[in-house]
Amino acid sequence: MTDVQKRADQVSLIIDGVEVVAEKGELVIRVAERMGIAIPRFCDHPLLAPAGACRQCLVEVEGQRKPVASCTQTVAEGMVVKTQLSSPVAAKAQAGVMELLLINHPLDCPTCDKGGECPLQNQAMSTGRADSRFKEEKREYEKPIHISSQVLLDRERCVLCQRCTRFSEEIAGDKFIDLMDRSSGEQINVYRDDFFGGAGTGDGQVGEGEGDVAFNSYFSGNTIQICPVGALTGEQYRFRARPFDLVSTPSACEHCASGCSQRTDHRRGKVLRRLAGDDPAVNEEWNCDKGRWGFRYATATDRILTPQIRDTKTGELREASWSEALLAAAEGLKAAKERGVGVLTGGRLTVEDAYAYAKFARTVLGTNDVDFRARPLRATGSPVTTTEEADFLAAAVAGITEVTYEQVENAPSVVLAGLEPEEESPILFLRLRKGHIRRKLRVTAVSAYLSRGLEKIGAALVAAVPGDEAHILASDAAVAEALGAPGALLIVGERLATVPGALSAAADLAARTGAKLAWVPRRAGDRGAIDAGCLPNLLPGGRPVTDDAARAALSLAWKVDAGVVPGTPGRDTDRIIAAAADGTLGALLVGGVDPADLADPTLAENALDTVPFLVSLEMRQSAVTRRADVVLPIAPAVEKAGTYMDWEGRLRSFGAVLKSTAMTDGRVLEAIAALLDVSLNTGDVNAVRRELGGLPGSTLPSPVRPSVAAARAAQPAENQAVLATWHQLIDLGSLLDGDQVLAGTARPPVARIGKDLAESLGLADGDLVTVGTDRGSITLPAAITDLPPRVVWLPTNSPGSTVRRSLGVTAGAVVTLTAGVPGPILAEEAAR
Amino acid sequence: MGTFTGSFKGFGVTFAHMFRKVITTDYPFSPPKPAPRYHGRHILNRHPDGLEKCIGCELCAWACPADAIYVEGGDNTDEQRFSPGERYAKIYQINYARCIFCGLCIEACPTRSLTMSNEYELARDSRQDLIFTKKELLAPLLPGMEQPPHPMLLGETDKDYYVGALTNPGTSVGAERAPISQGDAE
Ligand code: SF4
Ligand code: SF4
Ligand code: SF4
Ligand code: SF4
Ligand code: FES
Repeated sequence: MTDVQKRADQVSLIIDGVEVVAEKGELVIRVAERMGIAIPRFCDHPLLAPAGACRQCLVEVEGQRKPVASCTQTVAEGMVVKTQLSSPVAAKAQAGVMELLLINHPLDCPTCDKGGECPLQNQAMSTGRADSRFKEEKREYEKPIHISSQVLLDRERCVLCQRCTRFSEEIAGDKFIDLMDRSSGEQINVYRDDFFGGAGTGDGQVGEGEGDVAFNSYFSGNTIQICPVGALTGEQYRFRARPFDLVSTPSACEHCASGCSQRTDHRRGKVLRRLAGDDPAVNEEWNCDKGRWGFRYATATDRILTPQIRDTKTGELREASWSEALLAAAEGLKAAKERGVGVLTGGRLTVEDAYAYAKFARTVLGTNDVDFRARPLRATGSPVTTTEEADFLAAAVAGITEVTYEQVENAPSVVLAGLEPEEESPILFLRLRKGHIRRKLRVTAVSAYLSRGLEKIGAALVAAVPGDEAHILASDAAVAEALGAPGALLIVGERLATVPGALSAAADLAARTGAKLAWVPRRAGDRGAIDAGCLPNLLPGGRPVTDDAARAALSLAWKVDAGVVPGTPGRDTDRIIAAAADGTLGALLVGGVDPADLADPTLAENALDTVPFLVSLEMRQSAVTRRADVVLPIAPAVEKAGTYMDWEGRLRSFGAVLKSTAMTDGRVLEAIAALLDVSLNTGDVNAVRRELGGLPGSTLPSPVRPSVAAARAAQPAENQAVLATWHQLIDLGSLLDGDQVLAGTARPPVARIGKDLAESLGLADGDLVTVGTDRGSITLPAAITDLPPRVVWLPTNSPGSTVRRSLGVTAGAVVTLTAGVPGPILAEEAAR
Repeated sequence: MGTFTGSFKGFGVTFAHMFRKVITTDYPFSPPKPAPRYHGRHILNRHPDGLEKCIGCELCAWACPADAIYVEGGDNTDEQRFSPGERYAKIYQINYARCIFCGLCIEACPTRSLTMSNEYELARDSRQDLIFTKKELLAPLLPGMEQPPHPMLLGETDKDYYVGALTNPGTSVGAERAPISQGDAE
């Protein structure tokens, strides 16, 4: 054993007669894998800790009395391993284990979802016996049982490898499923009452017996993907197709800014399932349930396939030909140009489409009134003239790709502000959790309370009354100390924009401590839109609009006259909406924006009603299309190619999954521009990519970061509280429409109040509490939580809790609290 | 000379045939009966209570070397039940312009839903008519059967239908012997 070169931290061993060098501590099964020797396995998974649960991977190791499990055996110097390829003992042991596994396995293959991609099927063929000596009746279970509204379990098919339970515990931190019972009755199940002597109905339907806890993890879909048999299946896909029916396409998730790579499987022109893609740099092999199952919106019945224009006689929308609709849009926009056209693009665009909007606004409409942000941009009641967030994005986000997932995992310490990673960026959450569990990453969270997600990443809470974050970032010693270590990261969420001075304080804190700063938005298209120039103060490539040289370079590249691109920053979303509402704006061009997401949905709808000319580029009927003068249908993500940019600034390119005649936003805009004699050249994604790649690099120094004074939280009076709010992952978002099964796994909406409020209102856990403003009210069951005094938390956009629409405010605002339901009954009781 | 004897030789063959057994049949007045296992048009069988046996698994479609079968499954609900268990065939089509009557689909079917009858009169005057749907393929309702959708009448669960079903062909035997299909009449 001398002819192979090796380092001190390596050992050499012999597998199947071939000498090989391995890292110390490497598992035999991994080394064999590298050599191209496939040892059969079920429980082993490279991203989970070794378990040795299934015993399928037995190999012979010289000097050991019995065959050993190669998935738990680490390599040792001079070890001699013989796999089933060279050892009859190993082969016989594996065949024996397979026979045992199959004793109680049902003959479901013809109708099993896993058939065709089933490791048990495959390995029974490759390493099993041809016949079984077992003649008795098989053990049977009721099948399938719902362990959540989305996940089904066929216990008969389970080989008890515990990949699912290990994933849930190790990776997601959601110990909802576990091994139950003993001996031949041993099974995977959720914690149900029948197991603990409670009043479970025992009919297999979770949630019907008091005390059954459904498998409502945001990451439950991953267990279905890694289950080596068909024991776990998804309600949406069950019996819909077999693997060999499907056409698989690599794709990127269109939901959040985590940027998961995925695999989309379709059949007969319809997407049937999506799986997590394997991208070690980003999502590893996981994704979240929203990305996995939230794809039905594209086939919803309210999809728009034909252009529509508002009939001048009847005032109703009617279907029109493309040429008629494009002409109407072009003429309307041209006529309105004089008074000004605002462009609201929304956060769901690919980089290519966002670039098309940015270029269209500048070259065709001659305006900088373009904004991708479809959410509150500032605190409720702040003057619309503040541009703190836009300045922050220009200074600290545009064009900067400093922080990566890998750094998050390996950082010594991370401070989170204005971000609940599990709800708002699930894969970032998984990385933080991995860092926390495996590398002792220290997480500090500036948040109203320690949510479940923050608890799971072991975060130390710096309790913040909403509105106080800026002050805490500016002056809290614990936060500054946490960022002291080299490699520490400050990760801020988009919500911080609603706290005056918070983004300034964050940028300042990062500069002061030397920590790197990352900004994590919620939507997949948000980050890309910044770099593509969908902001009133930024041109594509992060160039400030006020910079003459930048405008000159861009005008040259775009082949337009020097004066076309205006040199003053445009209006942001709030100001565009305000201008449209007071009738000063000539027209609005709106991409995928849901008015309900904006700071004040009523005002936004008012603006859409008032604006003289409204062009809507949409996929489905929406509050915008209903009010539009011209509706131009565009393609959903599955029907187009494009690129998303995740929060790191990493490009996530994908090709079209389905063949379709639907057009991208870029192509529609190009057609409108052509009618106005401008060549936009954004119709083809590859052309846009070439153009973006060919744009001259910006040599300008980053703009100076904003310095807005830190605000303090509002002071609520008697029976009032400060509102804290953020989105839950699975909520009323329009890309989750029509997915009842997925909605069933959402966290139930509750109003979280502290002990102080509960006492002063006389509320117990679960009692109804009403949160109101002068606009309206929201009534939810109370959940008594450890919150700072006089703070109430509501989910932003969940069933029964649409904060922006019902209350018209955002986080940091003062709201009134009353116990019980408002309305006549309560009034009556009060009168009595 | 040679041609003269040659003609006689030729007539010889003809005359010889006059005394052989006649093989033409009096079709269509008395159609011949094929062998009992002749592969004729398919039948989608029913359970004795009238529920369909097909579970929409598509294995027949996969087995078909001529790509003649198209199946699209649907979910049974408690209100709308067409077969025992979770799924039924929402759409079932066999295209007799493609089918080569190999019988591989019959072997693939896990529920004995699909069998073949002896019926061979399948000529039609348009391609469209050669695509048989559930209307033509489903076995006729025998006495005691009820038109689905209806709840399971033979037991509590689908298991009551399946246990023993394979060794008990009696549940479908009536349908297999179905005469010329009813759907053709129109
Ligand atoms: S899990 Fe695999 S082996 Fe078991 S029934 Fe399903 S396909 Fe067949
Ligand atoms: S359900 Fe699947 S993943 Fe979980 S233990 Fe059983 S076989 Fe393994
Ligand atoms: S984490 Fe985000 S990007 Fe990944 S699957 Fe979920 S929604 Fe999609
Ligand atoms: S006929 Fe048989 S094989 Fe074909 S779909 Fe129905 S049950 Fe499956
Ligand atoms: S793979 Fe080694 S014991 Fe399961």
